[in-house]
Amino acid sequence: MSDKTTITSPMPGVFYRRPDPDDPPFVEPGDEVEEGETVGLVEVMKNFHDIEADSSGTVGEFLVEDEAEIEADQPLVEVE
Amino acid sequence: MIEIEEGGIATTIQDLGRTGHYHIGMPPSGAMDRYAHTVANYLVGNDADAATVEMTYQGITATFREDAVIAITGADMSPRVNGDPIETWRSVAVEAGDELALSFATEGARAYLAVAGGIDVPKVMGSGSTYTLVGIGGHEGRALEAGDELSIGESNDGDELVGTRVGDEYVPTYADEETVRIVLGLTDYRLTEAAKETLCNAEWTVSSEADRVGYRLEGPDLEFEEREQPFGAGTDPSNVVDLGYPIGSIQVPNQPIVLMQDAVTGGGYATVGTVISADRGLLAQRQTHDSVYFEAVDVDDAHAAREERNERLEAVRAAIDGGI
Repeated sequence: MSDKTTITSPMPGVFYRRPDPDDPPFVEPGDEVEEGETVGLVEVMKNFHDIEADSSGTVGEFLVEDEAEIEADQPLVEVE
Repeated sequence: MIEIEEGGIATTIQDLGRTGHYHIGMPPSGAMDRYAHTVANYLVGNDADAATVEMTYQGITATFREDAVIAITGADMSPRVNGDPIETWRSVAVEAGDELALSFATEGARAYLAVAGGIDVPKVMGSGSTYTLVGIGGHEGRALEAGDELSIGESNDGDELVGTRVGDEYVPTYADEETVRIVLGLTDYRLTEAAKETLCNAEWTVSSEADRVGYRLEGPDLEFEEREQPFGAGTDPSNVVDLGYPIGSIQVPNQPIVLMQDAVTGGGYATVGTVISADRGLLAQRQTHDSVYFEAVDVDDAHAAREERNERLEAVRAAIDGGI
């Protein structure tokens, strides 16, 4: 029995999976995450905003590419 | 008092701005969408210049510690009081203990929360507006954060206005407003004729670097007239000898940046056009990735548009006073 949640973006912007272009991604599919853990960043208005897991679980599929342009409320990643 | 529980992503206190200090490099700041800000104030019985809460893309969650009359205008952020949806562009009574929560913007980019009596912040150089780049005005010169407490000013007649809603004809549909009018100049002579046409005909897209200082747009490259650069202008063809940048001016380091309320006040980029004052609020409601088109008009048209906008606001105020 697994509850799948989808993390959506609260704002439009550009989605990043890494804290810095030279760094590894925050998380990969299959990783365990705690509630509140950062799974990506959205850049808008020259600021970076953390996208955090809203529940603990296993990271599923990323629904957008790294550095993709995203809209508000767009699904970003699944957590099971 | 209003207690902020979640501050949103770029929430500041704004009024109509800090005028008269541009020459010392102090931009006006003030509400990015003056129309929505002003209507929110009228709905709660305030003057146009009372301080409101400007929220960008993501709204606040806050608890009222006293009874108040509020109105929310501008971008639709699905506001709720104690979980129940409330109408926007309408004056609403809230009680001590009520929680107001706004979500992300589904249409438009900036929402305004006005409270009868205004948000009570100290005036700095004549204005309560926040200018975050130097950390003055508003609430401690910065964006709102969880734990902040906002005082509410004395109110006269907010209670009488509860339930007042402005007519649909006065409520903008931001999703449809993708054309903003511009006046070409001051230094549009630096663009080739073809580039001027491109500026006015191309589809521009709001980049993720678009904030209260400036809106960076993406689209085709603009070509400059070739010339030997004058002394003091720098070598880049987009450079001129320094000049003051009008608010709304479109500078083109390569692609356009429209300067907004927290503008850099001067420098050496060619400013090839200026978004007219009546349409700057519409530009400020365009979201990242939204399209923008420029339509060139002359200065008389720009003045007429400003007059028309002021008459609209006057009509809104008269209708509210008459009890719509």
